[in-house]
Amino acid sequence: MPDRENIIYQFDGSFDGLMCCVFESYDKKEFPSDIITDNAQCSFVPVKYIETDTYKSERVIRSIPKRMGHNAFEFIRNAYLTCHPEKYYFIFRFMQLGYKHGERIMGMLADEVVNTLFKAVKALNNETHLLKGFIRFSDYDGVLAAVIEPKNIVLPKLAHHFCERFPEENFIIYDKTNKMALVYKPYNAEIIYMDDLILPDADDKEKTIRGLWKLFYDTIEIKSRHNSKCRQSHMPKRYWKHMTEFSEIENKRPLIEEIKRIGE
Amino acid sequence: MDLFDKLQILTGAAKYDVACTSSGVDKKSSQGGIGSAAACGICHSFSADGRCISLLKVLMTNICIYDCKYCVNRRTNDIKRAAFTPRELAELTISFYRRNYIEGLFLSSGVIKNPDYTCELMIEALSILRSQYNFSGYIHAKAIPGADNALLTRLGLLADRMSVNIELPSQESLQLLAPDKSKHSILSPMRHIQNKITEKTSDVIRYKHAPKFAPAGQSTQMIIGATAETDYQILNLTESLYKKYNLKRVFFSAYVPVSESSLLPSIGSKPNLLREHRLYQADWMLRYYGFSALEILDEKHQSLNPYIDPKCNWALNHLELFPVDVNKADYESLLRVPGIGPTSAKRIITARRTTRLSFDDLKKLGVVLKRAEYFITYRGKTTLGVKISQDSILRSLMSDKELSLLSLNGYKQLSFFDGDIEGVVKKCLTGKT
Repeated sequence: MPDRENIIYQFDGSFDGLMCCVFESYDKKEFPSDIITDNAQCSFVPVKYIETDTYKSERVIRSIPKRMGHNAFEFIRNAYLTCHPEKYYFIFRFMQLGYKHGERIMGMLADEVVNTLFKAVKALNNETHLLKGFIRFSDYDGVLAAVIEPKNIVLPKLAHHFCERFPEENFIIYDKTNKMALVYKPYNAEIIYMDDLILPDADDKEKTIRGLWKLFYDTIEIKSRHNSKCRQSHMPKRYWKHMTEFSEIENKRPLIEEIKRIGE
Repeated sequence: MDLFDKLQILTGAAKYDVACTSSGVDKKSSQGGIGSAAACGICHSFSADGRCISLLKVLMTNICIYDCKYCVNRRTNDIKRAAFTPRELAELTISFYRRNYIEGLFLSSGVIKNPDYTCELMIEALSILRSQYNFSGYIHAKAIPGADNALLTRLGLLADRMSVNIELPSQESLQLLAPDKSKHSILSPMRHIQNKITEKTSDVIRYKHAPKFAPAGQSTQMIIGATAETDYQILNLTESLYKKYNLKRVFFSAYVPVSESSLLPSIGSKPNLLREHRLYQADWMLRYYGFSALEILDEKHQSLNPYIDPKCNWALNHLELFPVDVNKADYESLLRVPGIGPTSAKRIITARRTTRLSFDDLKKLGVVLKRAEYFITYRGKTTLGVKISQDSILRSLMSDKELSLLSLNGYKQLSFFDGDIEGVVKKCLTGKT
């Protein structure tokens, strides 16, 4: 591979597109100094637009497990879902190393490129794991809906878990950050792009159950062990926004209070 | 009494149980059903005391015929009493589960009428969940000491994990504070559960679809600080429970004063969270780091050092085994270095296959150098040019929090310093006597 050249690749942001950048680089024997998806920043370096061509991308994709093993392939797919600001370029450099070192690449944890992506993938996996717990559904006439605002693209990683857990339910998880939604109805799941999701008001039954959950949450604390720092380190505040136990709108005992007032 | 009142009372009565894990079993929803379980366990929320909320942790009822002094539900305590009906509880569990509030149910109970009756109520609630709702989520059931073995067996076939609380770490303490319970009444259901787990596991090998008995194993809990047992006794008991009863986990719970008794710490005294924390650290050394209880404490050293974590403490007392070479040492030796855990030890082993590790590399691999640097070398070098002594290491290993604790002067326990601990520590902190 020749030295870094004065060129930047631009592509459509898809995984196939990224693989085509790799193809182009090997085909033309050039080494782009960056890989970007939009041309917003003005740059003095010439930008070359790489068309997505599934023939080329498939060739590259097929080569990955053969040359650097299945783990590396899985790893690259995960790295693509992370929120690392320079992930495309790091994946590109990771693949160069992978073609050179083969399966050993996954053990090169001290290498800067490998290490950066490992950290990014770890953050993706962490966020996925946390959201398996922190996602909150509401029941709207038998359809379960949840909204999340993750940093990474977590829906592809969450799909399996929730489909396996609620096989008989109809549900939707809307990712507000990436404007994507996981839509499931028995027994079919799909991830689609969606600009916005507007949800109706909760009905009385839903409000009651939310109230019960809030009551449980508040009661389970042992006051003499209060430790809000510890809570926050396990459950960062950015997740609270969409969690039932922290929502302000709901009154506790919505129905009961109403009934009591009428009775008086 | 409405569902809100019941939930409040029966949650309040269950919250002193520390176990809330949902780990140890991997399964997916059965056809037409709901629920799955992940072996790693999933926390769904964290309460304001920082504890994981994974399961709907409630009592079937807080009515109890026993009078255990340390327990908030004891017969003579004047509190509101309530009981769920099995159906109510099953429906509540499903409503929470569908909304992804919880990973499953943790069901315990006060003893109403008699142990058998209590156990039957629990079985009914779990049966509704398992057979009517086809629920495959996680269920942790507490065995009721004194209930018939046949009932415990049925409970175990419905649950993923079972536990019997050992409550107090010795027979003497039990006699003193829980006159209705004996060591035998606690250990015999524990043994029964262990036998059933082994028996059913061998069934599963023989017949693929044999029902599983508490597939996530069994755990227990001990109350710390209500009675006079030392850390040494507690750790030895813990170790023997792991060995003899094959427990998955022993939980420690710092005693939170809930009753006024001349035999117990008074209401308003703070739970000793630091001691609980040190015991947890020691427990991890037993379970994940390959230590034995006798290596951590012995006859002469009965208490864990409050100022420093037990792994550092052990290392400081065994400086002759250090430093270890990160590029050569085997997994077991790496694991014993303060600042290196199972994950980073594995990473070191992987990474050094392709390169010779430097200190910078170690940082990338997640090693806590602040602790580890005193105990390791690479390519024959240490980071420190100075001669290493116990005192100088100790000074650097203590966190700010631990240092401020020291100045509070509240502790008289000693561990690796024989004699005047404050004098010695002060000397190594300030360099003056």
